[in-house]
Amino acid sequence: MPENAVETAMPAVRRVDLKVKLLTVFVVLTNVIGNLAMSWGMKHQNTDLGLSPLPYIRLIFSPWVLLGTTLLIFWLLSRMTLLGWADLSYVLPVTSIGYVLNAVLGRIVFSEAISWQRWAGTAAIVVGIVLVGMTAANTTTSGSEDPAR
Amino acid sequence: MKWAMVAIIVGTTAFADLLQSFEMKRHAVPAEELRPDRWARVLGDFARRLPLVAAVFLMAISFFAFMKLLSMADLSFAVPVTAASVVLETLLARLLLGESVSALRWAGVFSVACGVALLAM
Repeated sequence: MPENAVETAMPAVRRVDLKVKLLTVFVVLTNVIGNLAMSWGMKHQNTDLGLSPLPYIRLIFSPWVLLGTTLLIFWLLSRMTLLGWADLSYVLPVTSIGYVLNAVLGRIVFSEAISWQRWAGTAAIVVGIVLVGMTAANTTTSGSEDPAR
Repeated sequence: MKWAMVAIIVGTTAFADLLQSFEMKRHAVPAEELRPDRWARVLGDFARRLPLVAAVFLMAISFFAFMKLLSMADLSFAVPVTAASVVLETLLARLLLGESVSALRWAGVFSVACGVALLAM
């Protein structure tokens, strides 16, 4: 490839990379806030949940669970879009930052105890995300034009 | 009961993700389609794609199992423990989807998996 072609391709690669990262942030935030709202709703429900689906369906229409469900629908659709732009083996670890944020918010909002093992686990997840973030987002050929462009 | 829910969540999530990745790679959504006035069209397109519908069905099972798990365990246990599917899914992504998983990516995946195991302790 000629040198000037490499130079003109670089901004396009960075633009694609930025869009993948922005969509990743949206996927993580909808997941974390959605889970938080769901958890709040579940902890403040008075229904005894068995294996019958009816109590679950009733519970979906309580305010906090409804908010959580709506956010998780946005999470689902945006994540599907992200999976078209990046590898599954990239999306899974990188979006794992959500587990860390969930653990931290669980401590702040619900005063859930976090042991040193859980903090060590959090650190290992962050290291893993950084390592995977250093690899190419998409290693498969999915058409001539990158959809994230 | 708690671990049965975890097993259901991990199994259904892994298959749902593989189906989504396979289908979305075939017909990815272009970035310009993400405008709010085109969301309905994108959603309609998703609803007509059988692998995505099957994936949503599997995720619905996972979702109800997750709700049950949340009623039995802390959020800081429930969410990380379900991430046990990361290694399984990476292996399946390499074998079934043909993704190139470099040594660096494997190292990252195992680090995430170890983190998840520690969080679940």
